[in-house]
Amino acid sequence: MQKYSGFGLFKHSLTHHENWQRVWRNPTPKKKYDVIIIGGGGHGLATAYYLAKEHGITNVAVLEKGHLGGGNACRNTTIVRSNYLWDESAALYEHSMQLWEGLAQELNYNVMFSQRGVYHTCHTLQDMRSNERLVAANRLQGIDNEMVDAEQLQKEIPSLDCSKNARYPIMGASVQRRAGNARHDAVAWGYARAADALGVDLIQSCEVIDMEISDGKITGVKTKQYGVLKADRVGCVVAGNSGVLAKMAGFELPVESHPLQALVSEPIKPFLDTVVMSNHVHGYMSQSDKGDLVIGAGIDGWVGYGQRGSYGIIEHTIQAIVEMFPCTSRVRMNRQWGGIVDACPDASPIISETPIKNLFFNCGWGTGGFKGTPGSGNLFAHTLADGKPHPIAEPFSIQRFHTGALIDEHGAAGVAH
Amino acid sequence: MTQQNRLTSGGRIDRSTPLTFTYNGKQYKGFKGDTLASAMLANGIDVVARSFKYSRPRGIVACGAEEPNAVLQLGATEATQVPNVRATQQELFDGLVSASTNGWPSVDTDVMGMIGKMGGNMMPPGFYYKTFMFPESLWDTYESMIRKAAGIGRAPKEKDPDTYDAINQHCDVMIVGAGPAGLAAALTAARGGARVIIADEQNEFGGSLLNSTEQLDGKPATEWVRAVVEELSTYDDVLLLPRSTVNGYHDHNFLTIHERRTDHLADIAPVNTVRQRMHRVRAKWVVLATGAHERPLVYANNDVPGCMITGAVSAYINRYGVVPGNELVVMTTNDYGYQAALDWADAGRKVVAIVDTREAAVGDRTEAARQRGLNIISGSAVIEVQGTKRVTGVSVAGLSASGAKVIGSVTKLKADTVATSGGWSPVIHLSCHTGSRPVWSDSVVGFLPGPTVQKQLTAGGINGQYETAVALQEGLDAGQKALAEVGLAVADVVLPEAKTLKVAAPMSLFHIPHLKPTSQAPKQFVDYQTDVTAAGIEIACREGFEAIEHVKRYTAMGFGTDQGKLGNINGMAVAAKALNKTIPETGTTVFRPNYTPIAFGAIIGRNAGALFEPERYTAMHKWHVEQGAMFEDVGQWKRPWYYPQKGESMQQSLNRECMAVRNAVGILDASTLGKIDVQGKDAREFLGRVYSNAWAKLAIGKCRYGLMCGEDGMVFDDGVTACLGENHFVMTTTTGGAAHVYEWLEIYHQTEWPELEVYFNTVTDHWSTATITGPNSRKLLEELTDFDVSNDNFRYMDWKQITVAGVPARVFRISFTGELSFEINVQANYGMAVWEKLIEAGAKYGLTPYGTETMHVLRAEKGFIIAGQDTDGSVHPYDLGMGWCVSNQKPFSYIGKRGMNRSDCTRANRKQLVGLKTKDPKQVIPEGSAAVLDPNGPKPLEIQGHISSSYWSETLGHSIAMGFIKGGLDKMGETVYYPLGDGTVIEAEICSPIFFDPKGERQNV
Ligand SMILES: Cc1cc2nc3c(=O)[nH]c(=O)nc-3n(C[C@H](O)[C@H](O)[C@H](O)COP(=O)(O)OP(=O)(O)OC[C@H]3O[C@@H](n4cnc5c(N)ncnc54)[C@H](O)[C@@H]3O)c2cc1C
Repeated sequence: MQKYSGFGLFKHSLTHHENWQRVWRNPTPKKKYDVIIIGGGGHGLATAYYLAKEHGITNVAVLEKGHLGGGNACRNTTIVRSNYLWDESAALYEHSMQLWEGLAQELNYNVMFSQRGVYHTCHTLQDMRSNERLVAANRLQGIDNEMVDAEQLQKEIPSLDCSKNARYPIMGASVQRRAGNARHDAVAWGYARAADALGVDLIQSCEVIDMEISDGKITGVKTKQYGVLKADRVGCVVAGNSGVLAKMAGFELPVESHPLQALVSEPIKPFLDTVVMSNHVHGYMSQSDKGDLVIGAGIDGWVGYGQRGSYGIIEHTIQAIVEMFPCTSRVRMNRQWGGIVDACPDASPIISETPIKNLFFNCGWGTGGFKGTPGSGNLFAHTLADGKPHPIAEPFSIQRFHTGALIDEHGAAGVAH
Repeated sequence: MTQQNRLTSGGRIDRSTPLTFTYNGKQYKGFKGDTLASAMLANGIDVVARSFKYSRPRGIVACGAEEPNAVLQLGATEATQVPNVRATQQELFDGLVSASTNGWPSVDTDVMGMIGKMGGNMMPPGFYYKTFMFPESLWDTYESMIRKAAGIGRAPKEKDPDTYDAINQHCDVMIVGAGPAGLAAALTAARGGARVIIADEQNEFGGSLLNSTEQLDGKPATEWVRAVVEELSTYDDVLLLPRSTVNGYHDHNFLTIHERRTDHLADIAPVNTVRQRMHRVRAKWVVLATGAHERPLVYANNDVPGCMITGAVSAYINRYGVVPGNELVVMTTNDYGYQAALDWADAGRKVVAIVDTREAAVGDRTEAARQRGLNIISGSAVIEVQGTKRVTGVSVAGLSASGAKVIGSVTKLKADTVATSGGWSPVIHLSCHTGSRPVWSDSVVGFLPGPTVQKQLTAGGINGQYETAVALQEGLDAGQKALAEVGLAVADVVLPEAKTLKVAAPMSLFHIPHLKPTSQAPKQFVDYQTDVTAAGIEIACREGFEAIEHVKRYTAMGFGTDQGKLGNINGMAVAAKALNKTIPETGTTVFRPNYTPIAFGAIIGRNAGALFEPERYTAMHKWHVEQGAMFEDVGQWKRPWYYPQKGESMQQSLNRECMAVRNAVGILDASTLGKIDVQGKDAREFLGRVYSNAWAKLAIGKCRYGLMCGEDGMVFDDGVTACLGENHFVMTTTTGGAAHVYEWLEIYHQTEWPELEVYFNTVTDHWSTATITGPNSRKLLEELTDFDVSNDNFRYMDWKQITVAGVPARVFRISFTGELSFEINVQANYGMAVWEKLIEAGAKYGLTPYGTETMHVLRAEKGFIIAGQDTDGSVHPYDLGMGWCVSNQKPFSYIGKRGMNRSDCTRANRKQLVGLKTKDPKQVIPEGSAAVLDPNGPKPLEIQGHISSSYWSETLGHSIAMGFIKGGLDKMGETVYYPLGDGTVIEAEICSPIFFDPKGERQNV
């Protein structure tokens, strides 16, 4: 792998950047792999990378029906944090957080992980109680999270309306200062490049249309473009399409696919240097390095695969944003888009064995799986390598919907992100 | 300087109405009818921006929505600042204040430009992914430097003084674009009797006809436009919307139109007018007549001010009477490009050359130029431009037949303006919004709208039809088709005669080669605003970013505020060439709303400020305000939180209110609790299915408390339901949960059990509820009713229809405080009157108003839960110690039964609700605190549960708390610890959550 650095840039500028190597190969698929990963989003690519790097399994293919990182990986609003409520999720997201810290160096790709802090504003007494509970739990879990009062908050975020005139005046906020944003494309590309360098075959424009299953065991997948590709183990990481793939394998998932939208303003001069989210007023916002205000909207109540959401959601979201940041009223919205998120009833993901032997699923990350990308890949690689889940992933088994050991993060997951 | 580029006659400007505007602090003059851009060009302003990455000087390129460079800050006052206004779309008004946004100390003399020049080579696409990584600790510093450079314009620092609104519209035919095609369609549809909306983003209708000297029926085309607009204005069912951009096309023919009502008048909307309005349109049929955008060619230094597209040059001359330079060189791949040279020559300025990339093209326009004696250089191209802040000359060279290589020698020509045309790209954005994939056409050399499931028609330029006669005919056809589709007869329309000019075939060429390879040639810009060059796209392809989406994301092409209207197709062509593929093989582009940016304020309309989420008040709100109550937001309601008396701290108020209830009588405004009227012969059965407990035997006149669980068995709401008649109940919900419960009932009824006959009606607002509670409450009620409210006649958990203070009332004898209580419900209109009567009569019994906080304390003393506070979606009735509220005898199951009986839900050691008594009775455990067994144990400490409710109990003289502890119900008397943020630890003993009157005797008296 060609090493990237500031010096490298300088060196290449002397030869007009004509000698940069390819970031990844464009291989023709082999007939058989040790492990096939379906889905070349952030999670699938991270899985491939950790399989190769930490488990030495390099005879791996990632099959992506479109282009790498073209799904939710490049559509999300890039919030990364680990202040979840329950011990199980806190462990999962903190595992991921620790991988985020240092990821750019590990991948030799600047994923621009920016620990600019994430605030959850509290507008009611119940908001305060929930956030104080979260902070108390996080403290014991060893995860940074603290409360700030409205006055302090106003100092830290001048553009936020912390006055008593607001419809739901802000009473305080919790803030995880290690949390923040990262550059979504770079995460997918960085993992892809590193996985490719370790020998993983990244096969783009390769859609899985069926599963090869006999005696309750998977032996390979059928693809639209390359026919059957064999594999000892198959990991499915297709986010919004998980239900479709599960159907191919003959079982159902407790997952619903909904459109989730986001939008950006035109680029404006520095306005907000952190991330603010409000479960109560229901909106959240950050500002990209380019200057766009990046705003998350809610999910549509109905299911669908259209990657387009309803306009009403956009209206509601911007109402919330202008309520929180009144000075944005004359700022202009540039673009909106949607992705399909795979939502579990308890707002926690599934990293699990399935009824089919050697077939594993990693899904259900719903509105908040970008932050989980490194952790998800890392743990899923372990699951695929060992054939059984890593201890951190164990509680996220599909079995929990049978046993009732749900990990209900609706409170902490709150507004879609 | 006075408008040195303004012609003395011609154009659609009003020379008798001069307007003054400022740009970067300097005053200039323009005319009514100008755009800010045309006025700037008239005044010879060349540099309007510094580019984002390389800080290169940039000038105006286009004349409409596709303009990438002239993006300015507008606003005369702080509150009226608007960032990123495209000067080409901003009408000039007197007193307009504008400024460029980048460049230091100014756009003209910019220091960053030097850095851009020197460091530009170090900034290939994606350079930031490749650097700023070492040392890790410095990333924060790097990042803050990057972030400081962010943005184009800036947000105001003050609140928006303007208002906005929205209108819902319905129509038979929605026509987008009022050029020849759109107008023909509108005329046809209107004459046929259809309900029509026609919108155009420009200040007047006419589209391309406004920019040209074209004739219809032997008269200037604009006369036909005027006649059509006049006729359209006479129809009641035709809505004409100029200055209105259709910015989004959504599923099921839902479109949004952004109408700018006052931006052409002043900085701030005149009094009593809205600045902008959104029309939310549901159309039976949509006609897209959105025309086409010209594509500039990509050549070296093509971003030097003075480089424009040919159509814009014609438009500035013909529409605004402005010639944006003195010496013009045209470079074109098609006949239409010649028009700019003809118009330029007509304006009396010098056409240096028309450089045609084609070898020998013969069309009517080429011949007109030839006859005028203009210098036509065929089979050649402008391969490079000279100049920095303005074009000073061009290098022209011969091209190979395919256009791939430069051949022959280079000639230098002196010029200050270069107008290029690489052909036209149909404006297919709206059709893409609905998910339709565009289709490449080799003959049009552009993408056309693809197949769609919408009821959508297209006409004119959007179909790659650029001749007016054809556009008119297509518009008429679309209008007739729409009429037929909505069931109306064919309309009688005769189109005006347009001269059809002969057009030679265009050449498919996008990127002009240079003597040097692209990587070494001077920069050839593809996307101006994001500073994406042809070399950059080649690098992306070389590095393996081959999918067009990858190319775009890696280079940022198309991510500007113009969303790549000028550059995207050129970029795809450069990528296709680099990848040795055709354009359609490289991929299609995806456009998303908005077509052009829209103010947040416009999108939210009236739903801002006080109308963001209107506050809900009870009928007694005024009284509470007068009593000086502090309020709490619960759902959308303002509820009295507590009633401080002079000099009281909050705790003192609470203590006083609590003691009044325990010792005398208190009064609570409970009107906000959700109330749902449930009727129908299966109402009782339905209740049995949505509540965990039994309802079969609840007699008329009785009330019962119920728990509502989700499918997972977890409690999400609770409340008392009264049986009003055999098939009639009124259900109470929590204040915040009312809407959700109502939806829940409807969802279950409509999707799961439609066979049940049951009807729901939300009646929360119909009733006012005054709860009187405390030992004196009966005496108080007796004063206001003739009814016998003795314990024998009016039992606990009964409800009675009686008269209270002369008003019919439903009185429920239920209790949330543990005291003798009556909840008096009267029609909301009488609420205040009855309340005041109660207050008056209550004085002698020590009646004290209390708020939600006291209510919380009193109920916690009794161990009553608050759904949402003592539940969190993870606890079922047994966890709450409320197994008594579950009936497993019901013949039909109930929601949550299966969920709460899963193995994990019935295991030992689940978190269970208990009471907690602090060792130090004065200490109140903060709500939310986490419990551990041994605060000094090894880290991380295992969390045993959390405190959900915690208060000082004045009644008991010690603090009380409710909370969850793993296996708590079996751990009575054991000790747990709550480590706090400040390092201290609170010790508490697990106890029953019923702290007061455990036998429940007081409510039964
Ligand atoms: C608008 C929006 C905002 C969001 N904001 C945040 C946020 O702020 N923070 C956060 O943490 N999370 C956020 N998320 C969620 C996050 O994006 C997702 O949870 C996460 O990206 C999912 O993992 P992924 O990257 O692997 O998914 P994807 O990128 O969607 O990867 C799945 C891949 O599978 C491929 N695929 C599907 N079917 C097949 C098939 N049959 N054969 C082959 N390949 C197939 C798809 O093409 C796709 O590339 C947001 C999501 C959206 C839509």
